[in-house]
Amino acid sequence: MTHAVAQLAAVLATALFIFALYWMNDPKTARRGVMAGIAGMLVAVLTTWIQPEIVHHGWIVLAIIAGFAVGVPLSRVPLTAVPQRTALSHAFGGLAAGLVGTAEYFLGAGENPAGLTAFRMSAIVAEVILGFLTFTGSLMAAGKLQEVKWIPQRPVTYPGQNFVNVGVLVIAVALGVLVVVHPTAAWSGQAFYAIVGLAILFGVLLIIPIGGADMPTVISILNSYAGLSAVAMGFVLNNKLLVTAGALDGSSGLILSIIMCRAMNRSFTNVLFGAFGTVQKVAAVGEQKTWKQETVEGAAQLLEQARLVVIIPGYGMAVAQAQHKVRELYDHLTKRGVSVKFAIHPVAGRMPGHMNVLLAEADIPYTALVEMDEINPEMPQCDVALVIGANDVVNPAARYAKGSPIYGMPIIAADKARTVLAIKRSKNPGFAGIDNELYVLDNTWMLFGDAKAVLGDLVRQFGGGGLH
Amino acid sequence: MTEALLAVQAATPEHAAVDYWSMLFVFVLSTFIGLGVIRRVSRLLYTPLMSLTNAISAIAVVGSIVVAGAEYPTAIRVMGAVALFASMTNIVSGFMITDRMLKMFKKQ
Repeated sequence: MTHAVAQLAAVLATALFIFALYWMNDPKTARRGVMAGIAGMLVAVLTTWIQPEIVHHGWIVLAIIAGFAVGVPLSRVPLTAVPQRTALSHAFGGLAAGLVGTAEYFLGAGENPAGLTAFRMSAIVAEVILGFLTFTGSLMAAGKLQEVKWIPQRPVTYPGQNFVNVGVLVIAVALGVLVVVHPTAAWSGQAFYAIVGLAILFGVLLIIPIGGADMPTVISILNSYAGLSAVAMGFVLNNKLLVTAGALDGSSGLILSIIMCRAMNRSFTNVLFGAFGTVQKVAAVGEQKTWKQETVEGAAQLLEQARLVVIIPGYGMAVAQAQHKVRELYDHLTKRGVSVKFAIHPVAGRMPGHMNVLLAEADIPYTALVEMDEINPEMPQCDVALVIGANDVVNPAARYAKGSPIYGMPIIAADKARTVLAIKRSKNPGFAGIDNELYVLDNTWMLFGDAKAVLGDLVRQFGGGGLH
Repeated sequence: MTEALLAVQAATPEHAAVDYWSMLFVFVLSTFIGLGVIRRVSRLLYTPLMSLTNAISAIAVVGSIVVAGAEYPTAIRVMGAVALFASMTNIVSGFMITDRMLKMFKKQ
């Protein structure tokens, strides 16, 4: 009876999860999606808990309390830290899968060797490898995003790196095959531990060569892995709900990875094994052009006289916490009848959609946020393109400089605007380590300084009657 | 006849013959549903989408409940409890932060 209830609940939860994702197609219905997700989760947890084989309730209650104690603070992090939080939750997902897989193996080996069929054993090995590599890989990614001191931010590469990485994975898989064939041999337990160790090692090695600009893609790939490890857990436990929910997560990660890769004109293998950002300084070509600086007063005048202003935010805006100043500028300009749009590059920020969330937090209406593909045809009509802390995503070199690491990457056509204003903290190149020609174009004017301070000065020009 | 079979399966959920092929079937179909649904998700909402799918895939919690709560050796149940804690953290923080972010998206 309780089993039938659980099966019914699983069907219901699956339907609720699909609706949850479906409602994410529009910001108006999206919050309903969260409710559907919570409902699905409650149904699934409660019907599992009432199963007769569950006898130790104290442990479950304790673990749930601990989950709330850590989960609630984690949901209140500042929005600039959302990528780290996301990576951390991939790590937790991977850890859960890895541990359950390990538990199921030793449980089977100890009590029910016949239950370790080749199929089930393969699922366990897949679950453990995926789970633990997602665990350490995501921890590394979270550490890099959080700028933890002992994890190098810049990509770390060494000769033979790909050989070592692939080698570790191949050994783990080979041991996996051995354990699948001989699940209960005298050495199988040791081999299983070795698989766990190698998966943990592989996760670390995989992320060491990754730089900040690749984080949106890497987080998406890890998202996919976390989903797949849940699927593998479903196979191990013969639980279809785990398979469906894991598959939804996995396909979401897959789609986001593909979108991120396309937005950087790179392939999966290139992201994971290409060590973006190691290609330093492309030698300056031709005569050295110099920047032209603009005063805040001049910039304010340019903005005020414009009909269409396109603001192109990058991660620099988030680092400077300048989004609220951006909002003030937006208010002043729209009040004066200037049309203001925000051009969002898919990989701007440190995770998919990051820039949209940061701007939404500053109360900028989402109708003003425009995707790269939609804004580019409009750029020739744009009077002022205001670049705030964005660099590689507006570098025209992506169109033609074959030797450049960003060659072929679709960019926001800031250079097509009549005038470009670029706010930049320093004269250093961006993450990809390349000079940006946009800054030395004839129609580009630079505003050097911290984005928040510069925008504050700009806003004062409008508010303080500096122009009138 | 079928009812009797169902009853037998229901009575022995753990040890019933596992139909792995139907599991594979479920996996493939739900992946396609996932691809179809996710492709329609608003591009504005990719960050909340990721935290929402995080929370949903923490459905692994049901596996952890069984491992932590059934009559198993202590070492096994410790692993289950840690896994349960990890999944629960994802459920709580995932749903809460998704809602927090979605609240910020306003039209005007």
